[in-house]
Amino acid sequence: MNAGDPILVADKLTIRHGQLTAVHDVSLSVAGGELFAVVGANGAGKSTLLRTLAGLHKPTAGTITLAGEDITRLSPDRRVRRGISLVPEGRRLFLSMTVEENLLVGGANGRPGSWTADRVFELFPWMRSRYKEQTAHLSGGEQQVVAIGRALVANPRVLLLDEISLGLAPVVVKRIYETLPALLGTDMAVLVVEQDVAQAMRVAGRFQCLLEGRTTLEGKPSDYTAEQVEAAYFGFGSAVESWSG
Amino acid sequence: MHYIHQIPAYVLLGLTRGSMYALIALGYTLVYGVLQLLNFAHSEVFMSGAFGSYIVVHAVVGDGKGTPSWAVPLVIVIGLLSGAVTGASVAWTLERVAYRTLRRRGAPKLAFLISAIGASFFLSQLAGKLFNRFRGNGFPKYFDQNRQVLRISTARVQVFEVVIILTAVIMMIFLDRLVAQTKLGRSIRAVAEDAPTAALMGIDIDRTISRTFVIGGALAGAAGFLFGTAFSFSNTVGFDQGTKAFAAAVLGGIGNIRGAMMGGLLLGLVEALVPPIPHIGIQWTDVVAFVVLVMVLIFRPTGLLGERLGRAA
Ligand SMILES: Nc1ncnc2c1ncn2[C@@H]1O[C@H](COP(=O)(O)OP(=O)(O)OP(=O)(O)O)[C@@H](O)[C@H]1O
Ligand SMILES: [Mg+2]
Repeated sequence: MNAGDPILVADKLTIRHGQLTAVHDVSLSVAGGELFAVVGANGAGKSTLLRTLAGLHKPTAGTITLAGEDITRLSPDRRVRRGISLVPEGRRLFLSMTVEENLLVGGANGRPGSWTADRVFELFPWMRSRYKEQTAHLSGGEQQVVAIGRALVANPRVLLLDEISLGLAPVVVKRIYETLPALLGTDMAVLVVEQDVAQAMRVAGRFQCLLEGRTTLEGKPSDYTAEQVEAAYFGFGSAVESWSG
Repeated sequence: MHYIHQIPAYVLLGLTRGSMYALIALGYTLVYGVLQLLNFAHSEVFMSGAFGSYIVVHAVVGDGKGTPSWAVPLVIVIGLLSGAVTGASVAWTLERVAYRTLRRRGAPKLAFLISAIGASFFLSQLAGKLFNRFRGNGFPKYFDQNRQVLRISTARVQVFEVVIILTAVIMMIFLDRLVAQTKLGRSIRAVAEDAPTAALMGIDIDRTISRTFVIGGALAGAAGFLFGTAFSFSNTVGFDQGTKAFAAAVLGGIGNIRGAMMGGLLLGLVEALVPPIPHIGIQWTDVVAFVVLVMVLIFRPTGLLGERLGRAA
């Protein structure tokens, strides 16, 4: 494979929760070393999309391929072994376990590679001294960082981050986002989902905006004005029409 | 002799019974931890362990007469292993046949319970048909179970009590370390705490559940051997011991491993110490046991240590 080739490709995904169609006909592709953002308001279907990429939901239509292999029907644990890791919304650490144990669980079933606990400590030095601490005692921001570390030690080819800013102070969010470029150097593809559009746009190379489960805008952040993105995000104004027309 | 003088003997009896309750209770609690399922058929896993080890021990020592004393520890180890292997196999099969099929279809919790009760009757009746001629039998007498090995105050400590308590303690320490320190143990705790997230971390949930059944089955199967070594048994032995062990698991906090150990020992001690008090009487044993259970649950509805697989809260 050449650099810049897409590693993860989702083709025309439709995903239902019972009667509700949460995602309609959405396609996207991410390449190694790329940071891709999916933005959208509450209930736009962002988490549903990420969870489907990770294997927690099965799409009713469409396919997902990882490095050319069709993984649409694969269970989440098998996808981890092939290189997809999701940092779920709300962090979902194992709170009864220590930082160390969370990282051990994350690393135990992943791929071999250069991401180890030590390398995570280089990125987040405070973690070393609190390695033996139960994660329930950490602050929200610290927990979020451990959740990212737990996914990194599986050495994913594609890292999916679901609203890592949720419930955190802006300075904490800023600090976490500042570490993301360090991940891309390793040819990892990073797909972030955010409600905080400004934050996502600052770091993303390309983005896609979802509105009620449909793609309303996609491209490079520099291709659009803030007003156009805002219109696609909330679903009013002319941007949607001028883009689709 | 007065009650007070007998207390050391009662404590010894309580620890012996409690050790077996604890070993069985661990299986209830482990499975509840990962599946939030009351594995009603676990009592029959224990019963299977008793029969499985009986068959193997019988094949090794015949009627037991003339077994040289140097061979006795070896036979005990063989008995424990065969009980554990039988229990583990039955538990593994049970999970495959009675539970995994339902899980695949997303069946409601009640369906699991019915399946569990069905499996329990099936196993108990099957054992009755296959092994009826063993009814009321104990193991071959390949050693003098009642020989006194030491004396603690007024308590005469017999061989079988040493064997039971020692084995149980070793197995419980082993399990505790396994759950706390190994990859499998962390996987079990991860699935128990948050199964979807465990899957996102690459843990194969089905395989982890399978192994949890195997571990719980091995402990209960070994307990079946220990029980058979000390007492006579039949295909219905599971019900009484299983119900008590389940009560012990609830007493300690269902889903909590150290809770199951503690609950088992505590229940054994209460059963041994309370009924012989003058004016109470042995016939009240079960009543006493369940009164204690209810009292504890009134004040601590989640049991003594609370619901948490893994470390004590
Ligand atoms: N497990 C589920 N069962 C039923 N409906 C669901 C489920 N998960 C999500 N939904 C519904 O699907 C739609 C999309 O939800 P989703 O969580 O994907 O949105 P989101 O973009 O991540 O929103 P947020 O920004 O609030 O996290 C919503 O209408 C939601 O109510
Ligand atoms: Mg979401």
